[in-house]
Amino acid sequence: MGTQVKDVVIKPEAPNTLLLDKHADYIAAYGSKKDDYEYTLSEYLRMSGIYWGLTVMDLMGQLSRMNREEIIEFIKSCQHDCGGISASTGHDPHLLYTLSAVQILSLYDSINVIDVDKVVDYVKGLQQEDGSFAGDKWGEIDTRFSFCAVATLALLGKLDVINMDKAVGFVLSCMNFDGGFGCRPGSESHAGQIYCCTGFLSITGQLHQVNADLLGWWLCERQLPSGGLNGRPEKLPDVCYSWWVLASLKIIGRIHWIDKAKLRSFILACQDEETGGFADRPGDMVDPFHTLFGVAGLSLLGDEQIKPVNPVFCMPEDVLQRIGLQPDLLN
Amino acid sequence: MCLFFYFRDRKEWADLEPVPQDDGPNPVVKIAYSEKFTDVFDMFRALLKNDEKSERAFALTAEAIELNAANYTVWHYRRVLLQALDKDLREEMKYITAIIEDQPKNYQVWHHRRMVVEWLNDPSEELQFVAEILSQDAKNYHAWQHRQWVMQEYKLWDGELEYVEELLEEDVRNNSAWNQRHFVISHTRGYSDSAILEREVQYTLKQIKKAPHNESAWNYLNGILQDGGLSSYPGLLEQVTELQDTCSSPYLTAFLVDLYEDALETNSSSYDQQETLNKALELCKLLAEEKDTIRREYWNYVSRSLQNTEYITDMLQV
Repeated sequence: MGTQVKDVVIKPEAPNTLLLDKHADYIAAYGSKKDDYEYTLSEYLRMSGIYWGLTVMDLMGQLSRMNREEIIEFIKSCQHDCGGISASTGHDPHLLYTLSAVQILSLYDSINVIDVDKVVDYVKGLQQEDGSFAGDKWGEIDTRFSFCAVATLALLGKLDVINMDKAVGFVLSCMNFDGGFGCRPGSESHAGQIYCCTGFLSITGQLHQVNADLLGWWLCERQLPSGGLNGRPEKLPDVCYSWWVLASLKIIGRIHWIDKAKLRSFILACQDEETGGFADRPGDMVDPFHTLFGVAGLSLLGDEQIKPVNPVFCMPEDVLQRIGLQPDLLN
Repeated sequence: MCLFFYFRDRKEWADLEPVPQDDGPNPVVKIAYSEKFTDVFDMFRALLKNDEKSERAFALTAEAIELNAANYTVWHYRRVLLQALDKDLREEMKYITAIIEDQPKNYQVWHHRRMVVEWLNDPSEELQFVAEILSQDAKNYHAWQHRQWVMQEYKLWDGELEYVEELLEEDVRNNSAWNQRHFVISHTRGYSDSAILEREVQYTLKQIKKAPHNESAWNYLNGILQDGGLSSYPGLLEQVTELQDTCSSPYLTAFLVDLYEDALETNSSSYDQQETLNKALELCKLLAEEKDTIRREYWNYVSRSLQNTEYITDMLQV
């Protein structure tokens, strides 16, 4: 019986050098045509979209090309009475966009333009009896939100307001038989959720609870013959997993278990030489999300043209140094 | 392209002042589809601003969802209206079903479904529905989360193992199905029942024989035996070694390494420590240099760890 490995084949003519200037131009121009249909359609995640764009520009040393004042005003207009922040004006508050907003304001060293105490109250109020966090008042539970909660509070220096033991207990209850983590207890291990859980455990100083060898093995198993990484067994590679998987490996001290050269060539192949930006896999359409994670992945792999990125927060290391945040990593 | 009667032109909506999105001037020329989008969402913003709770608002949420089902604020508003207007929740379930069938990877609609099921306190259609969605994409992460929630919340464990087996018959490499297998058994008889554990070991080995290059099956086998330890499970080494000729794969080799490692770490008296170490190191070398070179760093690490184990054991014996 033949072994069909689910993977992509990188064509010989795929890009193999890093086109940073093109990516900076792509991001700088993105959203400048506000009537662009794709842009309008993604309004419901605008705050995260801005975070992706600003972060990748900062990593490329091009943050000054973005409109700081406009963005700060925009964020101010997105904080609701309950303290939570929405994706855009006229949208409801949510933990995802609260984190993105706090990350952006951290990049800009302008955290006090919003009511910080109310943000803290909002986050605290989303913790449930079992230690988990809801994404908003409608109650969806997901380990992504555990990460968003502690990352937000850590950036604000207010981790102490939540029930830490219960929060940790809940995340650990999402650890599976393969060493990975899912979105809720019993959910299938998934690289995105693993990033959130290892990031959470790093921020809360609980990385010793991870079975690093077992999880590291599961994570390095994500690497396919093309060099790209998938998010769980028998799935296609996607450049965003270059972040979720790689950052997780960095956090648990096992990033060297990935074949770096092969991953780098996969990431580079995901670039679009004409438009700039990165796509999920070679030849597909680019977007800011995959552009950030492609560049951030290359930074983790040691590319010296890119600023060092922090694997827990996916923010430039120099920003976290300024804030004084140094989350634990295993070695 | 059918004609759309813009809300701004409808007389039943004449009392509302549409609220444009305020992030830039409207261009002179727009394509028709985005005209509709602007029209609907301008009206939506007007309704939100007035906190209007009416049938027309409810109807508008459906239009908005059709244009952009990822807009979570629209779903929130729809839920508020469902309650304020005391809408028929069974009708709502039909609506949700249609949306999910069209957009099965949308977070918001799945969460919305869960809320309505909770309000109805009626899970009776859920397993069937999820099975249908899984028949289109057997790895849909949202579908599996919903299924697990329903089963746990309403204690609907019967027949699930059979369902998982059907899925594995269709695709023995479906990692979601293997995860579900673990989920069901953990929540019912459990793996500490030795009859169950043996049944699972044999089931997994059988699947491996059918498709040796199967990460999920090997992860499952490893996972269920972690507690007891691989090297002490009766007959396991023999069964796996037997598979080497016909069903070889890097996973099999990796499993043997794990097994030998367990024998060394537990200083098992059933194993000649030196011989076991040598075999394990040989396999690590084979994997690093030939069978799984992309992960050579991992295999070199395992080699070093094994040798440290041996060293520690030696030290204690001196």
